Amino acid sequence: MARKVMTGNSATAYGALVSGVEVVSAYPITPQTTIVEKVAEFVADGSFKGQYITVESEHSALASCISASQTGCRTFTATSSQGLLLMHEMVHWAANTRSPVGLVNINRAVGPPWSIWADHTDAIAQRDTGCLMTFVESAQEILDMVIQGYKLAEDPEVLLPFMINADAFFLSHTFEPVDVPDAKKVQEWLGMYDPPYPLDPEDPHGYGALTFPHQYYMELRYNIKRAHERAELMFPKVSKEFAKLFGRDHGGLVEEYKTKDAEVAFVAMGTMVSTAREVVDRMRDEGHKVGLVKVRSFRPFPVKELRDIAQRIPVLGVADRCFTYGAEGPLSTEVKAAIYNVKDKPTVKNYIVGVGGRDIHVGVLKNIFLDMEKVKEKGLDKESVWVQLKRPPGEPPEVM
Amino acid sequence: MSKDKTEKRGKGEWKTYADLPPGPISMKSTLGVSLTGTWRTVKPVIKLDECIKCMTCWKFCPDVSIEVRKDGYPKINYLYCKGCGICSNECPKECIEMVLEEVVVEEEPEGEPVHAKEG
Repeated sequence: MARKVMTGNSATAYGALVSGVEVVSAYPITPQTTIVEKVAEFVADGSFKGQYITVESEHSALASCISASQTGCRTFTATSSQGLLLMHEMVHWAANTRSPVGLVNINRAVGPPWSIWADHTDAIAQRDTGCLMTFVESAQEILDMVIQGYKLAEDPEVLLPFMINADAFFLSHTFEPVDVPDAKKVQEWLGMYDPPYPLDPEDPHGYGALTFPHQYYMELRYNIKRAHERAELMFPKVSKEFAKLFGRDHGGLVEEYKTKDAEVAFVAMGTMVSTAREVVDRMRDEGHKVGLVKVRSFRPFPVKELRDIAQRIPVLGVADRCFTYGAEGPLSTEVKAAIYNVKDKPTVKNYIVGVGGRDIHVGVLKNIFLDMEKVKEKGLDKESVWVQLKRPPGEPPEVM
Repeated sequence: MSKDKTEKRGKGEWKTYADLPPGPISMKSTLGVSLTGTWRTVKPVIKLDECIKCMTCWKFCPDVSIEVRKDGYPKINYLYCKGCGICSNECPKECIEMVLEEVVVEEEPEGEPVHAKEG
């Protein structure tokens, strides 16, 4: 194991390298570009011995990875924002062909107007593809989750692509010390990817051919649902196995922080969780009974875990770094749906924060925690509020 | 692909979701099952006496329905050609004509076309 100071993007590239990826195909897009540049460096210095396919678009990047994956290669690509949106059709294709392609998405706002900063809209738009989706908060977690992603995705009963989501700049371009595990040890743990129906000229099959309504379409979709159930079961197990071998445990589908006696808990994904952890510590010192729930896996969604949390904590404040127009923040919708049938369910309030990369600093989160305590005392005032919004004079902020 | 892996797959007789392979895989090649040539309303006909064997049509055919004859001339596989007309559009000699399906065109036999022998 080697400890190096590196950006989240470098950690991503190292994650792919030590996982023994055989085919990388990607197209540059800010702020993901330095991932594929790092992979190109690995090609140049001889440490990456696989195929590096340069393509003309993200659509082709993922298409190349899917085809390579079908031959039995471990494949990797990385993208961001508009690139992921262009890739969208192929994200469906990867899941529907049950190809365990590894994908790192650097969460970036969607234009217009152009914005290259952190926002979860790009990822949430992939919600219904069937892809496994994880949100992370550190460069180390990206690297570790790329490795664990392959372990999970290549499980013979899972066989789905995975997407690690990491916030633009807060992770992609920020340096931190990262442990790079020994490649041999990682690859021994992962084993070889062995597809059940490899693309093989010696043994030809039709891949993704037409199916009629009375035939198999519905059943194939049902099997993707089952694969997600399997992934839900395996996710914490893979995490534990990884912890045993490499000494780091980032938690299961959710990570709870100081929730044992918490009266209010902040539920969030991505880098704002790190800030929230700091805020929880500070507020605990001042006597507030506050806690934090980090949703690590967005797909499969941690329904069981959240139901358990819902039975213990009376107020949940769910934060979203994006918005579903005509509704509310997507994580909030998911959390509410997950806990709807719980008896004595908590009050849920949705906070829209950090849209387009606006900095979610300690003060912002502290105000949210105080607002959640107000909800506990006086009941729910509003379902979903936009925090940090510049409002016309005379209009009071929704969170003081 | 090992033999026992092929045997384990069964013959593709699927009744429920539990029998299906994980992905949308046909147990054998779909070649010969789905003759897409029946979709055609117009068909490409190559005037071989003008053809220069450049194989532009072969390269552009999106359905891999243009084959190369032993003598190097292109040959349309009418079992699969859907009549999209891309070959006709791309042919630099403009010698691929799109003919209504109802018009019967006799195919030129294999071997050097008449003009080549004469020339």
